[in-house]
Amino acid sequence: MELLAIGLIMGLGTLGPAIAIGLIGSRSADAIGRNPEASSKIQTAMILALAFAEAIAIYALVIALIVKFV
Amino acid sequence: MASSPVISIKAEPLFRLGELVVTNSLFLSWITALLLIAAGLVLWLSLKPVPGFLQNFFELVLEKTLEFMDTIIGNRRQSEKYLPIVLTIFLFVLTANWLGLMPGVGSVGLREHGHLVPLLRAPTADLNFTIALAVISLIFINIAGLVALGWKRHMSRFFNFSNPVMSFVGFLELVSEFVKIVSFSFRLFGNVFAGEVLLVIIGFLVPYVVPLPFLLMEFFVGIVQAFIFAMLTLVFIALAVSHEEAH
Repeated sequence: MELLAIGLIMGLGTLGPAIAIGLIGSRSADAIGRNPEASSKIQTAMILALAFAEAIAIYALVIALIVKFV
Repeated sequence: MASSPVISIKAEPLFRLGELVVTNSLFLSWITALLLIAAGLVLWLSLKPVPGFLQNFFELVLEKTLEFMDTIIGNRRQSEKYLPIVLTIFLFVLTANWLGLMPGVGSVGLREHGHLVPLLRAPTADLNFTIALAVISLIFINIAGLVALGWKRHMSRFFNFSNPVMSFVGFLELVSEFVKIVSFSFRLFGNVFAGEVLLVIIGFLVPYVVPLPFLLMEFFVGIVQAFIFAMLTLVFIALAVSHEEAH
């Protein structure tokens, strides 16, 4: 039962962040293509947004690890 | 079949110094701090007008960091003001992450209660370390805001009773300050601890050659997470210091 929980936590928990990271990447690539001069600003904003999106996936990972090892 | 690897989220205690329980990750974090302090002292005592290799390298790091901070904060004077905390967080987390990948960390230890207690463990894989660092960052961000804006303007960001919407926004800002502690610490902890678990499991399954690409990935994760922690601290400092009254 616990193994099922762990699998579900990771599977469902990384669904949202994966889509979010894909959208962030594609929109920022579009923006850089549209305006190469602003590329460093866009890059900074992209990395920032990427960190926030990935943190959500990390929360799911931490819960899965806690369920497995505690 | 050998026994399965034992992975524990909590850092294992090694010895006690009076009331303080010293864990293996605390021990390695002391070593990291001593390493950085020693490097700093060596550089400081050997400063020359015409720099040697090491001094040149760190001057480059300093220049690039200040340029990067300029793009986020806007002016050089303020970048220089906040450079120490940002660069210290970056170098400390970077060194801690990389030292956690050294051979012997997590693998050499004592046998207690039937399983291995490693003598050294990555400091950032211990939630205590990351929470402490996150709390320090948050306290500094708020102190920077207080010093730059004054008590009233800084507090008006959280306690704004001019109209119901702004009160709610202020309350959300207050809650989000505490959520930042959780998010900073769990981001760093999750990345490094998951990397550690990954390396242990891969090493357990196929000990030869296969762990190499995963070690490389952990190497980059170390850099990226250190950079993100420092950069998020910087961004929140910039936000706290430039909060306009019309917000």
